Amino acid sequence: MALVRTLTSSARPFFLFHRIQGKGTALVTARGVHFSYVPDTPDPGHGTTSRMNLFQSITSALDISLEKDSSAVIFGEDVAFGGVFRCTVGLRDKYGAARVFNSPLSEQGIVAFGIGMAVAGSTAIAEIQFADYIFPAFDQLRNEAAMFRYRTGNLFDSGRLTVRAPCMAVGHGALYHSQSVEAFFAHCPGVKVVIPRGPIQAKGLLLSCVRDNNPCIFLEPKILYRAAIEEVPSGDYELPLGKADVILEGSDVTLIGWGTQVHVLREVAEIAQEKLNVSCELIDLRSILPWDHDTVLASAAKTGRVLISHEAPITMGFSAELAATIQSECFLNLEAPIERVCGYDTPFPHVFEPFYMPDKWRCLEAIKKLVNF
Amino acid sequence: MLSLARLAVRVAVCRTAENIQKTTVCCFHRASVSKSSQSTARFEDKPEFPGSRSRYVHKLEFIDPESQEGVPVYRVLNREGKIIDETQDPKLDKDIVMKMYKDMTLLNTMDRVLYESQRQGRISFYMTNYGEEGTHMGSAAALDPGDIVFGQYREAGVLMWRGFTLDEFMNQCYGNMMDKGKGRQMPVHYGSKDLNFVTISSPLATQMPQAAGAAYACKMQQKGHVVICYFGEGAASEGDAHAALNFAAVLDCPIIFFCRNNGYAISTPTKDQYRGDGIAARGPGYGISTVRVDGNDTFAVYNATKAARDICLTQNRPVLIEAMTYRIGHHSTSDDSSAYRSVDEVSYWDQQDNPISRLRHYMLNQGWWDEKAEQEWKLGSRKMVMKAFAEAEGRKKPNPEEMFTDVYDTLPPHLEKQRQAMKEHVLQHKEHYPLEQFDKMT
Repeated sequence: MALVRTLTSSARPFFLFHRIQGKGTALVTARGVHFSYVPDTPDPGHGTTSRMNLFQSITSALDISLEKDSSAVIFGEDVAFGGVFRCTVGLRDKYGAARVFNSPLSEQGIVAFGIGMAVAGSTAIAEIQFADYIFPAFDQLRNEAAMFRYRTGNLFDSGRLTVRAPCMAVGHGALYHSQSVEAFFAHCPGVKVVIPRGPIQAKGLLLSCVRDNNPCIFLEPKILYRAAIEEVPSGDYELPLGKADVILEGSDVTLIGWGTQVHVLREVAEIAQEKLNVSCELIDLRSILPWDHDTVLASAAKTGRVLISHEAPITMGFSAELAATIQSECFLNLEAPIERVCGYDTPFPHVFEPFYMPDKWRCLEAIKKLVNF
Repeated sequence: MLSLARLAVRVAVCRTAENIQKTTVCCFHRASVSKSSQSTARFEDKPEFPGSRSRYVHKLEFIDPESQEGVPVYRVLNREGKIIDETQDPKLDKDIVMKMYKDMTLLNTMDRVLYESQRQGRISFYMTNYGEEGTHMGSAAALDPGDIVFGQYREAGVLMWRGFTLDEFMNQCYGNMMDKGKGRQMPVHYGSKDLNFVTISSPLATQMPQAAGAAYACKMQQKGHVVICYFGEGAASEGDAHAALNFAAVLDCPIIFFCRNNGYAISTPTKDQYRGDGIAARGPGYGISTVRVDGNDTFAVYNATKAARDICLTQNRPVLIEAMTYRIGHHSTSDDSSAYRSVDEVSYWDQQDNPISRLRHYMLNQGWWDEKAEQEWKLGSRKMVMKAFAEAEGRKKPNPEEMFTDVYDTLPPHLEKQRQAMKEHVLQHKEHYPLEQFDKMT
């Protein structure tokens, strides 16, 4: 349903709303990527690797899903020709039009169709073109997918459904191409909500979502589709759902983020070490629902100072849930009130994006407050 | 007459029965009571189900959509710009036709400049209107300026017809401090209170049921205005489209649903969007008067919209217009349509069936236009566009504090706090924020 949808044909590269013909990521940087990307290292146990950006690692996961599960189908708006973010390129040619197809333009239709397929025993991988456009399907996700197993006494379930959607800021997406929607779905017991931070994570987590016996919402930070490039294991591997990932170990402050914000926080951790001599522990939450209490609480108990940061508006953002749990479980360990650096309580604005973002400078100020409390 | 007579009998019987039975019982037993006083045959020859208006048949037959002829395409001008049937000549004044043509070509020039400026990284995004100019000017000219427009996003020409200036278009695309939308939305999300054009929203089809509501309000206010709602054939697949058409029909709303069927929803061709006979075929299913027009024929669009407006106003009913056209440009600057359609296909529509050249042929036939006028207008209009463009580019963006206004009618305390925090932070760390591009904070 997107007004603005983006695509890249193999011959003529585009990036998001902005074409960068032949300029690699240079112009992307110029157009406001607000972090530096540090690639992850692949697990040697996952075998040989090849260089992939985020959208290619998604394609790789989808390819494996279709190859190994003959019941699996992929559908959504503009999926047939490869999708506006190029995540399904080549899959229709490889697996046929019956398994990789365009849907009519209706998000509620897409999700409901996927629920139906899942209920009837097929693996459904649905694409919503932008997370901002997932809301017509909110009823199907909240009242149907999330509750199918519970209300039928486990007679039926929609566990074979995975809904993918690009999310988060991109530099110029404004109100309807920038949203972080995770908190809405975190309030829906029965679905799993997962957000990867890069290509290696995306492939392993998406394969886990596709194979998980619960409906999963997989939110892909769209600014990383091209900006994030890693050596990704070529074969089949899964990464655990419901488990956070400690990316940097530290002793003074715990930083918690997900998706794009992990990279902002990684840079913040570096600057904090250099400029403030503060050692930060960085946690990528990865799974929003259910989330990893053990990892988060152990870190908070260790450092006693916590900063949580996300792009979504601060009020009722998922940081609120984390903060409430941390203060309840680690009250006596805390050395300072938990800090949250998030989007403001406004719609996502176009030209004001540089002021809206929970950028590294705002995060650094919060770290100062934490250590000086 | 027969049904009226029957109704009268039924009412009479019910009233009699009411004397001895409770109303509900009376209603439940209406048929049997009626039967006893009427011949059985009269009630069996027509279905009595609530809302029913057909007959019984005694052979099993499915309605085969393939066996029905498609909805015809209404046309006034042929491709050479000649009126095909004189009775259909809208007999528009020279001034009106000239304005149509000039706005169509000015829109074209503006599209070219803004599309290129996006390519150069000067604005973040753009969507052209190429190929659909006839649907814009033909419909806009047939409306009253007081009629409310609910657009999708590719109807800049409608706004231009109403008097939105080049400056206003450019200011919005730059999101500068003169932008009426205060820099909050992406380019092409125009809106104008003065011109009764409700600001564009990116989500598709959301404007459709809203437009039906606005039309109902127009009807209640009795100011003689209607609503026109533009949407694409892709958006028509959204649930909101169904709600819109059904609400408008059931609530007798004076609204023109104007579908621009341009063949593609980004990459998705109509064959992946619907299996019926386009959008027009749905109209009668909702009980809505419907017409399909050649959208590249500005006069056909004009006649259809004018007649539709009359129906809306005189009968308080919705009308559905499906204008068949073709999206000559890419979906947007984010799209490269060569990945899903052939260059030959695009150039056929551009060269052979273009609304602008058709109207130009008409004007040439009338002796209203010639090559010299064309060249002068081309140069002059490009100059106007470039001037507005340069001025808009030179203007600063709005004060960053505007990020917090209009979330509510007044700034609540929590947002006031956030506004202050933003301001203090940004002023403390000036070197990291592009303040020089923005109007000064208070």
